[in-house]
Amino acid sequence: MVDMNYRDGVVTARLFGEIDHHIAPQIRGEIDARCESCRPARLVLDFGKVGFMDSSGIGLIMGRYRMISLIGGKLEVVNVPQNLKKIFVLSGLESLGVMK
Amino acid sequence: MNIVNSMKLSFISKSANESFARSAVAAFLLPLDPTVAEIADVKTAVSEAVTNAIVHGYPDAFGTVYIEVNLTDSGKAVIKIRDKGVGIPDIEQAMEPLYTTSTDERAGLGFAVMQSFMDSVKVRSTVGKGTTVTLEKNIIRSPYGKK
Ligand SMILES: Nc1ncnc2c1ncn2[C@@H]1O[C@H](COP(=O)(O)OP(=O)(O)OP(=O)(O)O)[C@@H](O)[C@H]1O
Ligand SMILES: [Mg+2]
Repeated sequence: MVDMNYRDGVVTARLFGEIDHHIAPQIRGEIDARCESCRPARLVLDFGKVGFMDSSGIGLIMGRYRMISLIGGKLEVVNVPQNLKKIFVLSGLESLGVMK
Repeated sequence: MNIVNSMKLSFISKSANESFARSAVAAFLLPLDPTVAEIADVKTAVSEAVTNAIVHGYPDAFGTVYIEVNLTDSGKAVIKIRDKGVGIPDIEQAMEPLYTTSTDERAGLGFAVMQSFMDSVKVRSTVGKGTTVTLEKNIIRSPYGKK
């Protein structure tokens, strides 16, 4: 699901497994709780270990973008695996400038 | 075009069943010898349609989600996902990218994903009666087709 750590103003959330509508609210809860307590300048979402994702994952990213912007931080999405590229392209997330 | 194999399954509209549903459909297609990318496309599209049935079809109470898969001798998978839920008043509008009636974190991309990942997407819906989404994908290396 998600492993998190905080260091030097950066919250890194390493997602793993499958992201769908069933699991997304739990991931959201953990990330938002950590960001509320740490108030990071940057939130990094690492997709390196995600094997499956549907549009619920896109909603999750857009929601975290809004959340972190509200507390004055920046979002970064890293390590998107080859098999998820198609849904990322379709989502238009690339135009948000968060993909690294 | 003859049907060479078929299956039906139904389950209660709990979100925990989303992963079961897409995995079951993917497993049924394995004899067609699909590529990893084809399986990923089908899993994603099925996940979208099943999630829609669960979230939008049955917003207030649990209902039953029905899946039927038919494989043809030409190597095509025809996947029907049906709910007996609230129905869609304006299908054309519902299928527009970014359109969503949801207030939680939904991107409004489910139908756009189905359309880009499958060869064909058809939607039939009656308000108060329910919705059927029919997804088609040509998986060419059909072992059934050779017989
Ligand atoms: N089975 C269904 N029953 C009733 N309404 C539906 C059904 N499927 C889709 N809809 C309607 O169509 C709209 C668009 O669906 P779509 O899957 O494209 O986006 P979404 O589900 O709102 O968001 P996302 O799929 O990105 O999480 C939904 O918001 C809903 O109003
Ligand atoms: Mg949807």
